[in-house]
This record gives sequence, C-alpha cells and structure tokens, in this order.
Amino acid sequence: MDKLSFENHIASRYDEELEQIFSQLMAMGGKVEQQVQLAVKAILDSDSNIAERVIQGDKDVDRMEIRIDEDCVLVIARRQPTASDLRLVISVTRAVADLERIGDEAEKIAKHALELIEHGPLMSGYTVVSQLGVSVTAMLHNALDAFARFDADAAMRTIDEDKQVDQEYKAALSELDTLMASEPALLKQYLNLVWIVRSLERIGDHAKNLCEQIVFVAKGKDIRHQ
Amino acid sequence: MPDMKVNEKHVTVGKQFHDDPRMTMRNVNVFYGEKQAIHDVSIDIGKNEVMAMIGPSGCGKSTFLRSLNRMNDTVEGCRVEGEICMDGESLYNTKLDVVELRARVGMVFQKPNPFPKSIYENVAYGAKIHGLADSRIDLDEIVENSLNKAGLWKEVKDRLHQPGTGLSGGQQQRLCIARAIAVTPEVILMDEPCSALDPIATARIEELIKELSENFTIAIVTHSMQQAARVSDRTAYFHLGQLIEVNPTEQVFTMPEHELTEGYITGRFG
Repeated sequence: MDKLSFENHIASRYDEELEQIFSQLMAMGGKVEQQVQLAVKAILDSDSNIAERVIQGDKDVDRMEIRIDEDCVLVIARRQPTASDLRLVISVTRAVADLERIGDEAEKIAKHALELIEHGPLMSGYTVVSQLGVSVTAMLHNALDAFARFDADAAMRTIDEDKQVDQEYKAALSELDTLMASEPALLKQYLNLVWIVRSLERIGDHAKNLCEQIVFVAKGKDIRHQ
Repeated sequence: MPDMKVNEKHVTVGKQFHDDPRMTMRNVNVFYGEKQAIHDVSIDIGKNEVMAMIGPSGCGKSTFLRSLNRMNDTVEGCRVEGEICMDGESLYNTKLDVVELRARVGMVFQKPNPFPKSIYENVAYGAKIHGLADSRIDLDEIVENSLNKAGLWKEVKDRLHQPGTGLSGGQQQRLCIARAIAVTPEVILMDEPCSALDPIATARIEELIKELSENFTIAIVTHSMQQAARVSDRTAYFHLGQLIEVNPTEQVFTMPEHELTEGYITGRFG
C-alpha cells in the first residue's frame, strides 16, 4: 500500500468508525502535547495555576485512552479488520497507551513544579530543563505530525532525534549533579529538577514508540527493540 | 482500485511455488466456449498443505478448483489448456482413468450431497467400486476409519444403516468428507464447504481441515476470508480470472503484497 486511507470500504460505516478512532487519537495526541508544553511552562514560569491545570487535565487524557480503546475493541469485534485496517487499529491501541504514559509524565512534572514553587524557586538549573523541554516537545510534535500523515520516513527521522534527547538528558543530569554538590542545602529542590528531566527523557522514549507504530502501520514492519 | 485489463499479461506476486509440491499447475487457461475464465495461472500446492483460494464472485476460483480433478470435463464447451500435474504426472493425459483420478483428488461441495443411501453405504460405496476392500471386515474397517477421521464416528456408529440424508447439514458435510477420505485420496478439493452450515458446524469442519492436512493436501475455495485466515497455510487471491497473489496466509491478512488483494480483504472492493 502506497497510501493509507480509511475510505472506500463497501460498508461506509466502517470508514466512519476508523476515521472516528483516528481523529480521537489525533485529539488525544494534541491534548497530551499541550499537557507537556504546559507542564514545562509551569516550571519555567513558576506558575502553580498552570501546574494545577495540567494535573486536572490528566483526567481527560485518561478518559480519552479508555474511550479510544473501547472503540478499537468494538471495531475488532464488529469488522474483523485485516491488512492495513488491522495494522491501524492495533497501532492505535498501542499508541494510546504511550500517549497516556506521556500524560502521566506531564502530570509528574506539574507536581514537581508545585513542590518547587512551594519551597521557593531555585536561582539556577532551569536552563537544562528548558533546553530538554524544547527538544522533547519538538520530538513529540514531529511524532504526532508523522502519525497524522502515516509518514514512515518522518517517523524514522524523529526516532533519530531521541539520541539527541538522551545526550541532553545526560548533560542535564551532570549539570544538576554539579549544582547539588555546590548547594547541598537546596538538594530537595534540585531533586525535583532531576525528576523533571527524567520525565522529559521518558516522554522522548514514548514519542519514539509512537514513531515505531507509524512504521508498523505504513510498512507492516515491527521495528521495536531493534 | 486500479483498472486491470484481463487480457494483459499479468504477473502473479508472492510465493506461488512450493519446494515440495503435490500438485503443479503451469500456465493454466480455462475457457467456456469463447469466454476465457482463467488466464495463465501458475501455482503449486504443497504436500500436506492447506491452500485457500479467495476472490470475488466470478473471479474463477471455483473454475480453477474444478480443473484440478477434471470436473470441468463434464461442462459442455469447457476447455482447459496448460499443465496440471499431480506428483509430476499430467492429469489431462488422455490415457488417465478419470474415475480413478477423482478418487485420488476427492471433492467436497458447497451443499452436502450424500447419496440417498445409508450412512454406511455412502462411505463404503467408493471403496467398493475402487476395489479397496477384499471382505466385509475390510469394508467395515474402511467405513469406521473414514468416519473417525471425519469426526463423525461417535455420532453415527449406532445408526450406520439409517439414511445419510437424515443427518444434520454439518453431519452430512462430514459424511461427504468421510466418503472422499474412504478412497484414500492424495488431495481433497473443497468448494465452499461451510457456506450452507451454521457457525458450530463450520467450526467442526474447520477443525477437521486442520486435522486432515496431516494426511492429505487440501485446496479450499471460500467466500469467508476469516475462514481462509483460520485454516490455510497459503492463500491465493484471484481477480477476473487472474491469479493476483499467493503468499503465506499470515502475510496476506496482515500485509498483502498486491493492492487488489488489500482492497478485497479489507472490504474495499467495489
């Protein structure tokens, strides 16, 4: 198959069911992307309102996961999808699990942001969070964009971005290590930042998983764990 | 769907040949009078393989299946060209005894068609005319074995002399399978064997197909793609008399090679 589409089933309702599942996935992706951006903003701006919004917003993400999963189960039961339709439905069930985990990481970041605000913001250490935040949100955005177009080449390029994220993560840990050594009194606050960069790095991993599913849908190849 | 002209030379994609074939078909063309129903089909069916043949109505899959034991000989105006061999021997050799051939390549039809005789006689008949039993004891053994292999023995052993037509549809179909097995075929052809059966009887036949493949080579034409997915080792997709794709069944239903196959199995074929 050169091009994937939900259209042209003899049963037009089947087109609508697949379209519905996919548009819900895209909506969930958009919501999760926004959650990550807001969580990073909450730390950098020391804004507890934004952090609270992210924590509340995670409930929506969880609801979306359940709804999409239910719809996938129904379409399997009703239509017994095959070939590209089957790959699509299976990849969506896998992708929603990753998106939900990304949502959880965004929530964790927001909770750490609240703790940091409560203890009084730090004077340093934010640059690494900002830098990693930019790379990870870009990677997530690219992954979702590739998913929207079933673009396996773009997915492969985005997978490559994870190496950069991992390097930035290591550099961030190293810098935070130095800061903790020089300011042991602020250890607790710096540990919040350590957990935050850890969450960002995990988001990068989940974005990579999304890309692997794009390759599965578009090419029928399972490239996980390679 | 791309526009396909049937007269163009078409190349089948996938794995149409087999390392250990029971039947080899090469450049097979079938005509009904002027009308060509099968276009240049080449395919192997392996020993102990279950080959499913799928495709929309009128694609030629049943015509092709019927060519494999010369059932088309009985259709007026039907002409088969090309090579159809079993174990290297041409089935269209004029010296070949067609009755014997149909014992070696048995057939099970869409609608169960037991003879209007007893269950016992239905199974014993072929064995008798082919001289496979020297005594009544031999014949009893053949009947019991065949009914056992067809998964019907336990259900009918106490009423062997009642009419076969008194059985349920699913049982009648298994009786027809027992009748085919009784003459020790090498290949069993099945033409939509479950289309007249309910899901439970269908599940029994499908289970049976898997068991029979240990001893026989099976080619099955089916309109149920899920059935093809469940029972077969390889699947062949026919379209407008051409063999479009042959591949391992797990590949055909997850990542078919040809877009016509994809269109058909995903229900996009208009």
